[in-house]
Amino acid sequence: MTAVEILRFALRGLSANKLRSALTTLGILIGVAAVILLVAVGEGSSQRIRENIQRLGANTLTVMPSTTGGGGVVARLLVGGRRGGERSGPRTQAKDLTLQDARALADPTRAPSVKSVSPVVTAQGQTATYEGASHTIGQLVGTYPSYFAASNKPVAKGTYFFNDDVLAARKVIVIGQTVAENLFGTVDPIGKQITVSGVPFTVVGVLKESGSSGFDDADDVAIAPLSAVQQSLTGFGPLGQIIVQAKSADAVDSAQQEITQVLNERHGITDGASADYRILNQATLQETVNEATNTFTVLLAAVAAISLIVGGIGITNIMLVTVTERTREIGIRKAIGAPNRAILGQFLAEATVLSLLGGLLGVAVAVIGAQFTIAGVKPVIVPASIVLALGVSVAIGLFFGAYPAGRAARLRPIEALRFE
Amino acid sequence: MSAATAPAPVLDLRQVTKVYGEGETAVHALRGVTLTVERGDYVAIMGASGSGKSTLMNIVGCLDVPTSGTYLLDGIDVRVLNENQLALVRNRKVGFVFQAFNLIPRMTALANVELPLAYGGMKPAERRRRALAALELVGLADRVGHHPNQLSGGQQQRVAVARAIVTSPALLLADEPTGALDTASGQEVMRIFDRLSASGRTIVLITHEPDIAAHAKRVIRLMDGRIVEDTRRSPVAGPPPLLTEVTS
Repeated sequence: MTAVEILRFALRGLSANKLRSALTTLGILIGVAAVILLVAVGEGSSQRIRENIQRLGANTLTVMPSTTGGGGVVARLLVGGRRGGERSGPRTQAKDLTLQDARALADPTRAPSVKSVSPVVTAQGQTATYEGASHTIGQLVGTYPSYFAASNKPVAKGTYFFNDDVLAARKVIVIGQTVAENLFGTVDPIGKQITVSGVPFTVVGVLKESGSSGFDDADDVAIAPLSAVQQSLTGFGPLGQIIVQAKSADAVDSAQQEITQVLNERHGITDGASADYRILNQATLQETVNEATNTFTVLLAAVAAISLIVGGIGITNIMLVTVTERTREIGIRKAIGAPNRAILGQFLAEATVLSLLGGLLGVAVAVIGAQFTIAGVKPVIVPASIVLALGVSVAIGLFFGAYPAGRAARLRPIEALRFE
Repeated sequence: MSAATAPAPVLDLRQVTKVYGEGETAVHALRGVTLTVERGDYVAIMGASGSGKSTLMNIVGCLDVPTSGTYLLDGIDVRVLNENQLALVRNRKVGFVFQAFNLIPRMTALANVELPLAYGGMKPAERRRRALAALELVGLADRVGHHPNQLSGGQQQRVAVARAIVTSPALLLADEPTGALDTASGQEVMRIFDRLSASGRTIVLITHEPDIAAHAKRVIRLMDGRIVEDTRRSPVAGPPPLLTEVTS
């Protein structure tokens, strides 16, 4: 008996009961497709998150006020205001981030690892108009020119604004692609004047498209000099955040330490008190997110693996039925001299063909399914998961087919022949 | 083989017993059967149901092993063989023809006949040539591609005979081969057996019909697990008794 012949016997056996074989295959198909697709979804979402983080800019640290620092949440709730004047306890009062904080961070002697510091204020939901067209800008950022480099927002057309513009509080603005399309359509926006909440701004540049993903449109932004935005839109309040760019990737951690030192000093935070600001480190953020998405992917794969095992049990079940049904055939084969291993091989091959077929179809379904966006995520198929799922499906056929095939091989020929 | 030493008999059973169960409920299916069948003989074993003829057939066909006694098939002591060796002996030495045909469904006549050769490890081309020759011999050369359910009972049984002889076994063992057939088909099958006997095959036929037993050169009657009668009707070397009548 050659392997080809054993395979041919197996195919003949399976084709005798097409519906049953198809349904059993379906069990494995669903399992394999689920494994590959869910791992792909996990991979897709983790890639997207990584991209989003990278878009924040290279080697940057984001400093923002912390709501849990300073006087503490409870104290603040008691005084009824975020920046209540009354002291509610022995702990230091939470201080806002100020332009002075930003200037202190830019001091090259205190913070040698820092390349640039960009104070940022943001105004949300500002309506911009241009000759009757109107658009609500998702995020209007007031900042320094260094922001463009730090947050990885290059200009596609026109220019950035400059330090002069900040000093003079000139009403110039760089707009994102979405804003440009909505306000100007095909018209070249450079040099045109738009009105943001009643204040006229001159468009000097258009940002390069960064591609929107998921829920927030990264191109629905506008960037103007800090002083101009504060003067006309937000008022001279506290900063929303400070973007700090480190000199290099290696300097990010030391930059973080320097920022902590400077800000602790300025905000009067001593050991034991929790800080009233938060530093978002892109590297650590990425690590954390990677860990979380890995856990998520493993979890998805585990759920899918369970369905694969259920499919395997389906194979055992159907093979047991097949062996019982074909007891007489097994008896005949044994009477004409089939050795036990030939019978074992035949039924193992049937089980393996079932599961391998299911596996291959599962891969096909998964590959097709991965072309669609699932739950807002574009799945990214991991080649290793295909190999793994196929390998596992073959192993499942062998493992779950072993018991029924062994039973068939051990049948005694006279009893098998007597079976009706 | 020299003329001085006689070849080993195809079947050599000595004091073979078979007991099913134990103690009080033990059933003595065979109570000491001693039987020798020479090469080229054509033996009919007759007996009522319960006489032990099925048990004898299972032992002779190596589907079962005796409880005591010795059994040599073509000179091989069957009692010392393990399961896989028994399978090999069945494959090489014995050709079975069953009452219920026992062809494998969904396989063509040709594939059914090739099957014992496949288990014997023969190359596909040689296998096909031999299977076609065997089918030709039983007069079914034009039905090789048919499935069992496309064949009549008589044709199915002839395929079964072809499958039994394709390995050139030492012994052709038929268990009520005409039991499920009408008279005409039965006669057809028996004519094939007669021809095979005339060409020198050793045949053991199990039957309860005297008409069928009449084809054999030697008739053995079993009763309660013992041989009660052993009649030779024509010499081992000669043609079977009914062959001339059929061919005339």
